[in-house]
Amino acid sequence: MCGVCGCGGAGAGLEDDRTGGPARHGHGHEQEHGHEHEHEHVGADGTVLRHRHDLHHHAHHHPSDHDHPHPHAHPHPGHRPDRDEDGTTRLLRVEQDILAKNNAGAAANRELFAAAGVFAVNLMSSPGAGKTTLLVRTLTDLKGRFPAAVIEGDQQTSVDADRIRATGTPALQVNTGTGCHLDALMVTRAVGRLGLAAESLLFIENVGNLVCPAGFDLGETRRVVVLSTTEGEDKPLKYPNMFAVADLLVINKTDLLPHLTFDVGRLVDYARRIRPDLEVIQVSATTGDGLGHWYQWLETGLAAARRHRETDCR
Amino acid sequence: MHELALSQGIVEVVCTRAAADGARRVRRVCIAIGALSPVEPNAIEFCFDAASRGTLAEGAVLEIRRPPGRARCRSCDRVVTIAGYDRPCPLCGEGRWVLVGGDELQVLELEVE
Repeated sequence: MCGVCGCGGAGAGLEDDRTGGPARHGHGHEQEHGHEHEHEHVGADGTVLRHRHDLHHHAHHHPSDHDHPHPHAHPHPGHRPDRDEDGTTRLLRVEQDILAKNNAGAAANRELFAAAGVFAVNLMSSPGAGKTTLLVRTLTDLKGRFPAAVIEGDQQTSVDADRIRATGTPALQVNTGTGCHLDALMVTRAVGRLGLAAESLLFIENVGNLVCPAGFDLGETRRVVVLSTTEGEDKPLKYPNMFAVADLLVINKTDLLPHLTFDVGRLVDYARRIRPDLEVIQVSATTGDGLGHWYQWLETGLAAARRHRETDCR
Repeated sequence: MHELALSQGIVEVVCTRAAADGARRVRRVCIAIGALSPVEPNAIEFCFDAASRGTLAEGAVLEIRRPPGRARCRSCDRVVTIAGYDRPCPLCGEGRWVLVGGDELQVLELEVE
């Protein structure tokens, strides 16, 4: 479905950075010289006029590579400073984050979670890594220890939410249609419908996709990437953005290791090349092996969320 | 398709700003997609045309700048250019650094009439 998402291109080749400010150039010399240049005037309302000046002279006496001021005035007869020569076009400086709307939603969610002492975990992985199986096992094993809820993201069906609800845990399915990730506003709406128990554990199971979910802050407390032993060890290098934003890597399906050539050490090495501080926990959601570490990680996170809430309430 | 969602975000930012300035039409949109951001510029270009249809930004030229990844090395404490998340510091070879730029997604400026 998602032909343009990361899968679509060879990735970002470096091109020149032309975002530097006006009139920054490096030159080392001590002489008078002439030059022509292009520069900008910025009005009080952020309007920008960029224009060229033909060859003119002024003295320089300075070392190399630096910004320099323009100690001279340029008259602009006959046109407004924010207008082009023909008076019809003008430049507007914006410098606004494209994800501003999502980020504002994420900030609101984060505030909501913090105020309620909720530990919100954004669970991400490729399709089939075992996120839902891990959740079902977790919610079954930890039942009654603390309140929990799940937001399930999938393009279609409520199969996963049904599996979660079968454990007795409240769950809400968010279908993204053709969308390949959850965004902050979807989470806000889901939380509104699901209700948020104070001092609870909230799992947000993202759409199975190692690319797009990495770009959308949901306001979660922690980001967890699940990677199973039936995948390639080189996925952290192939999908670096996902690992760059992760707090914890859960390696799932370790029960299958005897049957595979999967090298756990290499996976961890690759993952920590991308994110040096990445925590790693190895589990098998099927046999239960290693789940104690995972549960401890969750309980530590929840305890911290509760502590922060108490501190903030005082 | 998150590039479509992002393109809609771009069009929203652009049209809000242009309308506030009383513009009749947007001729050019300049955006920055950091080299280390999880976004494919070709896909943004592709989606922008569709997302801008019927808006002030329809037909606008989309100019994409690619600020390179910038990181502070944890070993030598210098700010260096980083070509990828798996690349070490080009000055000292240390693999641990903290990203300080090059993952941005911004509308920088517009040319309107």
